[in-house]
Amino acid sequence: MNLSLLILIPLLTALAILPAKGLKQVRAIALLGSAAQLILCFALFYFYQQQRAGGDASGFLFETSYTWYAPLNINYHVGVDGISIAMILLTAFVVMAGVLVSWKVERLSKEFFFLLIFLSLGAYGFFIALDLFTLFFFLEVAVIPKFLLIGIWGSGKKEYSAMKLALMLMGGSALVFVGLAGLYFNTDVNGAHSFDILQIAGMNIPVEVQKLFFPFAFLGFGIFTALFPFHTWVPDGHSSAPTAASMFLAGISMKLGGYGCLRVATYLMPDAAQQYSTIIIVLACIAILYGAFATMMQTDLKYINAYSSVSHCGFVLLGIGMLTKTAINGAVMQMVSHGLMTALFFAVIGMIYDRTHTRQVAQLGGLMKMMPFISTVFVIAGLCSLGLPGFSGFVAEVTVFMGSWEKADAFYRIATIIACASIVVTAVYILRAAGKAIMGPIINNEHLSLGDAGWNERLAAGLLIAGIVVIGIVPFLLKDLINPGTEVIIQKLAGFVNK
Amino acid sequence: MLNDFLLLMKQELVITIIIFILLFVKLGKKDWQNQSLIRFANILLFINLVSGFLFPCNGTLFGDMFRTSELLIFEKNLLNLGTLIISLQSYNWLKEHRHVPEFYMLLLSTLLGMFFMISSSNLLMFYLALELSTIPLAALANFDLEKRRSSEAAFKMIISSAFSSGLLLFGISLVYGATGTLNFAELSTTLIANPLNIFSFILLIAGFGFKISAVPFHLWTADVYEGSPVAVTSYLSVISKGAILFVLVSVLYNVFTPLNESWYNMLFLLSVLTMLIGNLFALRQQNMKRFLAFSSIAQVGFILIGITGQSAEGSASVIYFILIYIFSNLAAFGVINLVSAVTGRENVDDYRGFYKNNKTLAWVLAIALFSLGGIPPTAGFFGKFFLLLAGAGKGNYLLITIASLNMVISLYYYLRVIKAMFMDGNDNPIEPVKTGWSPKIAMAICVGGIIITGLTSGAYNYIHSLVR
Repeated sequence: MNLSLLILIPLLTALAILPAKGLKQVRAIALLGSAAQLILCFALFYFYQQQRAGGDASGFLFETSYTWYAPLNINYHVGVDGISIAMILLTAFVVMAGVLVSWKVERLSKEFFFLLIFLSLGAYGFFIALDLFTLFFFLEVAVIPKFLLIGIWGSGKKEYSAMKLALMLMGGSALVFVGLAGLYFNTDVNGAHSFDILQIAGMNIPVEVQKLFFPFAFLGFGIFTALFPFHTWVPDGHSSAPTAASMFLAGISMKLGGYGCLRVATYLMPDAAQQYSTIIIVLACIAILYGAFATMMQTDLKYINAYSSVSHCGFVLLGIGMLTKTAINGAVMQMVSHGLMTALFFAVIGMIYDRTHTRQVAQLGGLMKMMPFISTVFVIAGLCSLGLPGFSGFVAEVTVFMGSWEKADAFYRIATIIACASIVVTAVYILRAAGKAIMGPIINNEHLSLGDAGWNERLAAGLLIAGIVVIGIVPFLLKDLINPGTEVIIQKLAGFVNK
Repeated sequence: MLNDFLLLMKQELVITIIIFILLFVKLGKKDWQNQSLIRFANILLFINLVSGFLFPCNGTLFGDMFRTSELLIFEKNLLNLGTLIISLQSYNWLKEHRHVPEFYMLLLSTLLGMFFMISSSNLLMFYLALELSTIPLAALANFDLEKRRSSEAAFKMIISSAFSSGLLLFGISLVYGATGTLNFAELSTTLIANPLNIFSFILLIAGFGFKISAVPFHLWTADVYEGSPVAVTSYLSVISKGAILFVLVSVLYNVFTPLNESWYNMLFLLSVLTMLIGNLFALRQQNMKRFLAFSSIAQVGFILIGITGQSAEGSASVIYFILIYIFSNLAAFGVINLVSAVTGRENVDDYRGFYKNNKTLAWVLAIALFSLGGIPPTAGFFGKFFLLLAGAGKGNYLLITIASLNMVISLYYYLRVIKAMFMDGNDNPIEPVKTGWSPKIAMAICVGGIIITGLTSGAYNYIHSLVR
């Protein structure tokens, strides 16, 4: 199973879009490409399980490595473990749903779909990369498509949001670069430095060095995942973006940061991770609470979802900060679950906006009457967000809480309690928004003539709901997938404790 | 003997021959049409470029004043490539000009000067070549003969050049006074880090700094770049800078090694100032040429970081970056050149809504700006990454952090142009720009170079093997 196919197929799709003429051809190619990619990801999952069942217990499977810049010991090294596969599947689902939801984009449609597919290429490359340079390369590939997508096809103050997003993410990359350079120069493999994740993980980097560069790496990746106080790009960026871009941004782009925090910062610098865990937990709790309370103040549906993303991604950081097996499992599950859920939520808000041309809760009311399908999906997304059992949100959050509770110290217990308390706040803003917009009296009589979801929107929603429900009802599928990967990270951390 | 001479000075001889051919063309009875003259000149430049790749060899001439090696030949080939691209791009502007043969003669004279400068292994030869490369450039800066701005640019350039050359000469004479030799190889063994040598070194850096527009020697740059015709601006910003940087790297690494500590700190300061001031001023520019001038000042700041690496990776990354910088900057200048020649509009505001009527040109400019900003998958990302990585090799992570954060600032002003082109509306957007095949080839070479030299490691690996 050649992992480079994951990059090749989006690349070919994007290139095939360029000579196409007319919206119909462009979106057909995009749909075909993303569907092919989804099938490829399922195939990857299947082969991965097969190999694991066959007894292959090595850290990363399907590894390939090509020498890229030999003088600097930079290689194109790719491989997957359970965590990577979970994220790759997430990306495939969200991109396909995004393509479906953007079915009616008329203006510069060729460029739109090209940028969307190109963006996904960056995400796939990031998740399979096992060489820090390759990882960084794919991380940065994604920045400009986001800028263009928000700035050209967005709404509201789109230029400002696009610029803010691009600059802040670039700032995050800048900090990540310093962390990576620090790691590079403190590794010694046969007299040369190395960017290889596996090689770096195998050696003992001095604690002083770790303590210096961990903040750079964690902060840099943290900016991608809305670490407080660098989360300010999230509300404007997500809200001004066109629907598919919001789905991708909130669903996948923020997970790039979480994955980076886990795989690069925590895995490669475990000693520093232990030492800084207190600060990380504090910042995560602030993000969770602040995000939740800020959401309560919002009147725009997209802003509600954007701030709630800040809050939910706080759970990811909390799990990573706690550094126990269950907590990290929970963090990864939250990444997958939140990705699907927020993509679904943004999709539904996009559908509502397309029809009513407003995102203000105050101007919406009684939509269940005119748009039953869309309204039901809205309610499902909302319930998943507040952690109703049966959906993936519950599974992920409970795992994080149980993992956090494992640590008996008062500080950790209090952090867990604070995080749990945010669920109540989540419930308030979700139920309030749903209650007003979906149920309740019809505010605007013009809305009476609106139609329900088209086939593309139903398919997109169905795809994402399937993901949420499967994880919610049979969570062990996801947990067994990611558990071996988490094991490896925990062992590296334990190596520190037992030293 | 003669064989040696011909082979070792091959590239210089070819350029001299071309200058003479053009001279005879100018003096000849037959009156050439501008278009055919330009085509002829381009063919000659192409032959020049290709001949650079044949029969490489190492050796010294003129009593160790002139040396050549594979690395130097490669550097000269890069400059040849850049000159060819500039010549192809200037087609629209040149075909209306009255003095086409003179343009090429002056341009090639500066190029000859730069070749000698790169090949020099003696301070006197270096100074001679430096003057040869500077004086025709000042004349070239004046080549928009009808515009007052052009003359102003030429004046500013010649006066500032003269002053900085004076400083440089003072430094050289102090070095000679201290060590009794002007030869690079002997200097590297006789120099010691005493105050006199450090002072003369500061003067030398001042001279170099002027030429590469490092802060605080950059004040001439914006006005000269804005006033000169675009072809000359692109030449100044890419070829002239590139040549001086090649020399700087070789001089610092081979000659001034005893003063390593001192010049490390000096370059650290210079690069931080250059990046910051370049970025801060670029943020405020409205004229595209001035904008690119300041952005190229900031780029030099990054290159200086690569030089501070004091390693093989350092010089390899600098040379590699200059290759990429040639492609990126010339692509950007190519578009601006074309738009300026056809419509006369040079402001960032004029580029609003550019994408509407000129899709290809907008994408070319976008790719060029992405490369300048260091965004993958363009080569600029690789170039900047390797520069900063080389700089980090000395363990100075403060410098790297400042540099990375400066990349964010620079991204802002590049994105501002992208935003204007793709996102802003305009009541009076630039009309579709029609162009002949000459600029198109040039831009295609640049864009191809930007995409290929990054993703494939061939160029960097080759350069690294030359530097080792």
